[in-house]
Amino acid sequence: MSELLKVTHLYKEFGTNVVLKDLNLSVNKGEVVVIIGPSGCGKSTFLRCLNGLEEIQSGVITVDGLPVEAGKRDITKLRQKIGMVFQSYELFPHKTVLENCILAPIKVQKREKDDAVKEALELLDKVGLADKKDYYPRQLSGGQKQRVAIVRALLMHPEILLFDEVTAALDPEMVHEVLETMLALAKAGSTMIIVTHEMSFAEAVADRIIFLDKGEIVEETDNVFGFFEQPKTERAKKFLKTFSYEK
Amino acid sequence: MNTDILIEYLPLYKDALFLTLRIGWQGIFLAFVIGLIGSAILHFKIPVLKSIVGVHIELFRNTPLLVQLFFIYFALPKVGIQVTAETCGKLGLGLLGGAYMIETFRSGLEAIPTIQTESALSLGMNDFQTLWHVILPQAVSISVPGLLANVIFLLKETSVFSTISLMDLMFTAKDLIGMYAKTIECLFLLVVFYLIMLLPISIIGAIVERRMRYGQFGD
Amino acid sequence: MASLGIDVLFKGTNFLRLLQGLWVSIEISLISVILSIVLGLVIGMLMTIHNPLLKAVLKVYLETVRIMPQMVLLFIVYFGTTRVFGWDMSAESSAIFVFTFWGTAEMGDLVRGSIKSIPNIQFESAFALGMDKVQTYIYIILPQTVRRLIPLSINLITRMIKTTSLVMMIGIVEVLKVAQQIIEANRKVSPNAAFGVFAVVFLLYFIVCWPISRLAVYLEKRWA
Repeated sequence: MSELLKVTHLYKEFGTNVVLKDLNLSVNKGEVVVIIGPSGCGKSTFLRCLNGLEEIQSGVITVDGLPVEAGKRDITKLRQKIGMVFQSYELFPHKTVLENCILAPIKVQKREKDDAVKEALELLDKVGLADKKDYYPRQLSGGQKQRVAIVRALLMHPEILLFDEVTAALDPEMVHEVLETMLALAKAGSTMIIVTHEMSFAEAVADRIIFLDKGEIVEETDNVFGFFEQPKTERAKKFLKTFSYEK
Repeated sequence: MNTDILIEYLPLYKDALFLTLRIGWQGIFLAFVIGLIGSAILHFKIPVLKSIVGVHIELFRNTPLLVQLFFIYFALPKVGIQVTAETCGKLGLGLLGGAYMIETFRSGLEAIPTIQTESALSLGMNDFQTLWHVILPQAVSISVPGLLANVIFLLKETSVFSTISLMDLMFTAKDLIGMYAKTIECLFLLVVFYLIMLLPISIIGAIVERRMRYGQFGD
Repeated sequence: MASLGIDVLFKGTNFLRLLQGLWVSIEISLISVILSIVLGLVIGMLMTIHNPLLKAVLKVYLETVRIMPQMVLLFIVYFGTTRVFGWDMSAESSAIFVFTFWGTAEMGDLVRGSIKSIPNIQFESAFALGMDKVQTYIYIILPQTVRRLIPLSINLITRMIKTTSLVMMIGIVEVLKVAQQIIEANRKVSPNAAFGVFAVVFLLYFIVCWPISRLAVYLEKRWA
């Protein structure tokens, strides 16, 4: 398997507050990596670093052999290889669903409009939203917005997809429809890095689990089922316990 | 009130209105341009220019237009900068209005959350594409009510133009009162003409504001 | 830069006269602002009452003030009242009357806005704790309103000071008028005095207004 993403000795701080210390990670093509951990552990910051939205103090991130450096000119080229979906969807409110999807392919990748529209409609159809193409984001439910955001990211044909707690802002009954979409993507062979609090979803989708706490990787394993049954570290045990209730 | 006098004075007021509108709109256009450029400078935090814009805002927002006009019209010629009364009016209105427009556009830009910029960037857009396709369309529509409020404010401010001997509505009223003492008729026409000038914009402003508040894109 | 007229200001009592002229503007502003704040609080609370007639009257009042330039109002009161009612209103009292009329509407709208901006659930949660209407206003609503209002009222002061520059148009001898007199008196000896004198007037207004508007910005940020 070919290595798509490599992170070595990543170090990130906000002022005097160290958020990520000496993080190392390698992700192969087609792999689905799920990052879990308590809030404030640095998992969202980590995703933002991968996309060059945060500057890092030291370490190297490369995607498909190209280094990620925030603020550098080539960063826009690199970002086209990395799709990102945010917790708060961040659709553009002044554009319709279809316009949201085709804006970047047309303006950034200079694709033909007809071609972009055709692909957008196909993908919207796959997530069950083809009939909503002329709606504005305000007219959609949270789950629908999030599925559009996923389509918008997919349309750029990214090598790797980042999901930053994409269901955290959703009503419970809408979580499912979004997770279904992500599961389908995983089955189709997409490379994904997912930050989530949905443990059963993590178990179902992950090829590998990374447990992050206080800015460092505490546990990393391909044995996904085993992790949730019997985590090796005390910290992971303690964290997983917060999701269950005893009578 | 004497209707004959009203009719007799009407053409004088009409000319004055046109003069006010002509200078007013050109001054406001200048203010608009200054506002766009200034707010872009502040948005991108361009060094040096940023400080100049800051000083301009503070100077012109903290002094009366009347004093600004006196300075431009009476003081600047002493150091070799001579402008006509009309140019002075446009310039004064433009500089004063610019200071307000910059603030209006800037708060429009600031109202767009950073994560909108980030989501555009994460789609591979560069800074300019992000500003042009994503941030600016949203910022401008947020700024519209503030913009209209500025237009009304600036048109009202034109009432000091008479002090630099521009024959605007105030000048005409004061002149006629001084000469013929038909005070009531003159004041009546003064009010009517200001209403003609400002009421339509005020109504448009109220409608726009209501639409902005209750509905946005797609409602 | 003797030729630019700064020296003229230091001749005799010229600078003192200029400051006295400035004080005339500030005095008129302060009296008007104090009256406006007191009356504005009343008008603002009246604006929140659901009474169609009251609402309509206050709406017309507010819109009149919004649309008519202060200068027009000044003319109407100063020239109009003498003519119609035969009152002999002094220029000063006309100015204070007009600025208070204007300031009260502005202040009233600010008060109304501040009360309206308190979310309804604040009232409801106070009622849920068993407070009555008066207690809710005194302990919950007004303290929140005042914090929002203070920076806005301070802003009204600078607007008032800037607007008082108009009173020279009805013959009050304030800073601009004094400046003109000084320039006129020294026309022969110092023909370029207009530059220095008007530059100083410009700065004087700035020195008065700038700290006040900074204070408003500071309080707004602190209490946001």
